[in-house]
Amino acid sequence: MSRPIRVTMTVNGRRRHVTVPAMKRLRDVLREDLKLSGSKEGCGEGECGACSVLIDGKSVNSCLVPAAQASGARIVTIEGLARGRRLSALQRAFIELGGAQCGICTPGMLITATELLQRAKGRVPGDQEVREALAGNLCRCTGYQKIVDAVRAAARTRVSAKRAKARPRAAAARTRVSAKRSARPKTRRP
Amino acid sequence: MSPRRAKVAVIHAPSSVGVSVHRVEGVDKVTGAARYLDDLVVPGVLHGRTVRSVVPRGRIRRVTLDPAFDWKGVVVADHRDIPGENVVALIANDQPLLAVDEVRHAEEPILLVAHENPERAEAARLAVKVEIEPLEAVLTVEDALARRALVHGDDNVFKEIVIARGDLERGFSDADLVIEGEYRSGHQEQLYIENNAMLAERTRDGGLFVRGSLQCPYYVHRALERMFALPAGKVRVLQTVTGGGFGGKEEYPSMIGGHAALLAWKSGRPVKIVYDRLEDIAATTKRHPAVSRLRAGVMRDGTLTALDFDLVMDGGAYETLTAVVLSRGAIHAAGPYRWPNVRIRARGVATNTPPNGAFRGFGAPQTQFALECHMDRIAAALGMDAVELRHRNAVRIGDVTPTGQVLKESVGARQVLERVAARSKWSAARREIERANAAAEVAERSARTVNGGRRLRRGLGVSLVYHGAGFTGSGEVRLASLAAMDLDRDGHPRVRVANTEIGQGTTTMFAQLAAEALRVPAEFVRIEDPDTGSVPDSGPTVASRTCMVVGGLVAECATAMRERLELFAERPIKGANDFAHVARRYLAARGALRIERRYRRPPGIEWDDASYRGDAYGVFSYASCAIEVEVDLDTCETRVVHVQTAQDIGKAIHPVLAAGQIEGGTLQGLGWALLEELRWKEGRVWNHQLTNYIIPTSADAPPIEVEIVEIPYSHGPHGAKGVGELPMDAPAPAVVAAIAHATGVAVSEIPVTPERLRRALREAGR
Repeated sequence: MSRPIRVTMTVNGRRRHVTVPAMKRLRDVLREDLKLSGSKEGCGEGECGACSVLIDGKSVNSCLVPAAQASGARIVTIEGLARGRRLSALQRAFIELGGAQCGICTPGMLITATELLQRAKGRVPGDQEVREALAGNLCRCTGYQKIVDAVRAAARTRVSAKRAKARPRAAAARTRVSAKRSARPKTRRP
Repeated sequence: MSPRRAKVAVIHAPSSVGVSVHRVEGVDKVTGAARYLDDLVVPGVLHGRTVRSVVPRGRIRRVTLDPAFDWKGVVVADHRDIPGENVVALIANDQPLLAVDEVRHAEEPILLVAHENPERAEAARLAVKVEIEPLEAVLTVEDALARRALVHGDDNVFKEIVIARGDLERGFSDADLVIEGEYRSGHQEQLYIENNAMLAERTRDGGLFVRGSLQCPYYVHRALERMFALPAGKVRVLQTVTGGGFGGKEEYPSMIGGHAALLAWKSGRPVKIVYDRLEDIAATTKRHPAVSRLRAGVMRDGTLTALDFDLVMDGGAYETLTAVVLSRGAIHAAGPYRWPNVRIRARGVATNTPPNGAFRGFGAPQTQFALECHMDRIAAALGMDAVELRHRNAVRIGDVTPTGQVLKESVGARQVLERVAARSKWSAARREIERANAAAEVAERSARTVNGGRRLRRGLGVSLVYHGAGFTGSGEVRLASLAAMDLDRDGHPRVRVANTEIGQGTTTMFAQLAAEALRVPAEFVRIEDPDTGSVPDSGPTVASRTCMVVGGLVAECATAMRERLELFAERPIKGANDFAHVARRYLAARGALRIERRYRRPPGIEWDDASYRGDAYGVFSYASCAIEVEVDLDTCETRVVHVQTAQDIGKAIHPVLAAGQIEGGTLQGLGWALLEELRWKEGRVWNHQLTNYIIPTSADAPPIEVEIVEIPYSHGPHGAKGVGELPMDAPAPAVVAAIAHATGVAVSEIPVTPERLRRALREAGR
């Protein structure tokens, strides 16, 4: 292990100082030294994106960043997306539209989606644009459909919030339920 | 841990079922507050590592601990430390927890080490030297059947199943055409994003407390009883928040839990074993590879007359779940079609590769992939449209499956096919694609540049599948699942079941079913954690059974609870506040209220294990996919452009969660069809990384349009059938059909990687 150095960074708006080996992974510094366990690990080699955090506004795999490199940076983790108990539009849309299933990719996914919406600056990104932007964050549960729907719905909320107060659309756009005309199903009775 | 509560408002009571209420643990998952096993901070914890075989088969000659290494603080355990039986109890009980004197597959666990510093633990693992005398290994099903070496019994066959109905000879003599084919599919890794992880502690009363990322707490519980010779009451297993399972956390957590427990037993300290991705892919279970040989007879008008299906699956080195995976594969092999004469012979063979196990679909995707590819071959031979051939032969009420099961209700085969054909505008879209492909070819011949110089072809394919919900045959009767509900101190109803939330929405679905029967909002219902110390054994979270079977029991418990409380109050209960009021009065006057319901076989369902005949499942769910692809004839890459699917699941208790299952399963099916391939070298996986075992990203994923068709089942809660596995069955054959439509070449092996497609195109002279 490399020699310990003192690193100062801003994490979720707070200045933090840690003394850690220079090559300690940022992901481990966040989880072990700063007790922020929301950033996960799925591969340890920068493929899955479960450890994504924002560094100076850019979504980065924190498993590939040595502590020394994070010195002086502004870092935002999943724990920093809500304002107190108030969830961001993106977090709310993920809950409402089914963007999170097992939840292990969700922190990284939300971080990258946050970067996308900040970059889009009030524009609603297209389906393909969202898919391209999230391609570094693997999800094995959702097939990505509801994640894409949630990101776009959140963008719409932000856009319409500027004009008037509006809510994200509650119904999943792509799912239809067609019931057969037959009689109501019977349920078992004890 | 506190019981999980349904927080957040429902969109609206009075009805919970059929409404997409917010998922119970949604807020924790979007704020980073959900604690997965690796997130738990346990004072004094040691980190466990596993020393494994590097050869596929051999005799262990010597295990030595490097004398140059500093072993201070390192706990070492091998098979001699196991207090009970050295076995991971499951069905055949043939797999040891730690190898004794022989290894039957690479990565087989031999010895365990633990240290409080994970880096020291890893260094200790590398300081263990294992000398193994290699023996000739069997690595393919062909070698196993040829008995190149004997690795199981006298024929390398774990299990053989024959299912027969009608007169095969007559069926073939009635046929105008007999069509043959062989189809192959390879290993597939479940690839949950959270790797396997378990934590074990010795308890003060001389027992064990084991927590972890798992699907089936009672599987781990029973395995630990055997390994440690402990009575049931001395073992406690708790599921922590689990980052995906897909079958991959059905049986293997018993192994890792046993390892962690053994190190904890020996050291007296808590022990965590968290696999990294390399170890998880290399060592844990995968989907069974399969080879299917089919011979089908058909009349000129498209009527199917006979099917002879020979299936071989690679079980790996120990039997584990192979017999039941094989069984489900065999029962689904004829697909949702009328075959008056059919014979299915299925064999699960032993090889010296890591044991294959449960993965979403459990054998049914493999056989229906083969059958559906064959249906397209039949359609092509007849010059008949693929949808028309399927529609003509699709099962209806009253039809009989190969095991002799009469389909009595909720048969949506034709409906899902009709919906997909309509929504994809099947005939018109196929014609349009053919015109565009022909135009592209003409343009390329005349050296005009189209598509930016890329030679692209499009294609549209279709598939139709079914999937039996619940355990096969008499499985549910043997499981005899028990679910319970009681009242907590605040007068809230509480569900007690062992079924786990692994992302699919189990907890929310149970809350909805209980709420509906109790006539309260879903948020009012509390769900106890799946902890074998406090929930009854309601069976494993597998086999698309959780909603249909266990959900049904929960709804029964809730109905009985309401009746009991209303009898006590001598009036109907209205809403949550009134419920809590009555419940608290009941608790004060009568004491605890606990309602239990055990699974009973619905009337009219019969199964005979000996003859393999009867009602294999209470009911089947049905799905159809229409998939459009674009193939680049130069790079041979296939891009999925769009998926249209309709799935008959009886009733969507929660439409958003149900659609989420369908979309997620569909993409896993597309990954299996096109991308996911394990590469082996001398019995070991060499692409055990996300860098080179490729699963679909959001950029690979097409838009997936889902239509849920609801044809209710009378013995499912509100008509619900299974949904978890069905979506995995449909995509792969539709992709192969679409590629055939685009290129004129029908491949017979998946994944259809560019290399494989290029070979197939060359062989066809294109």
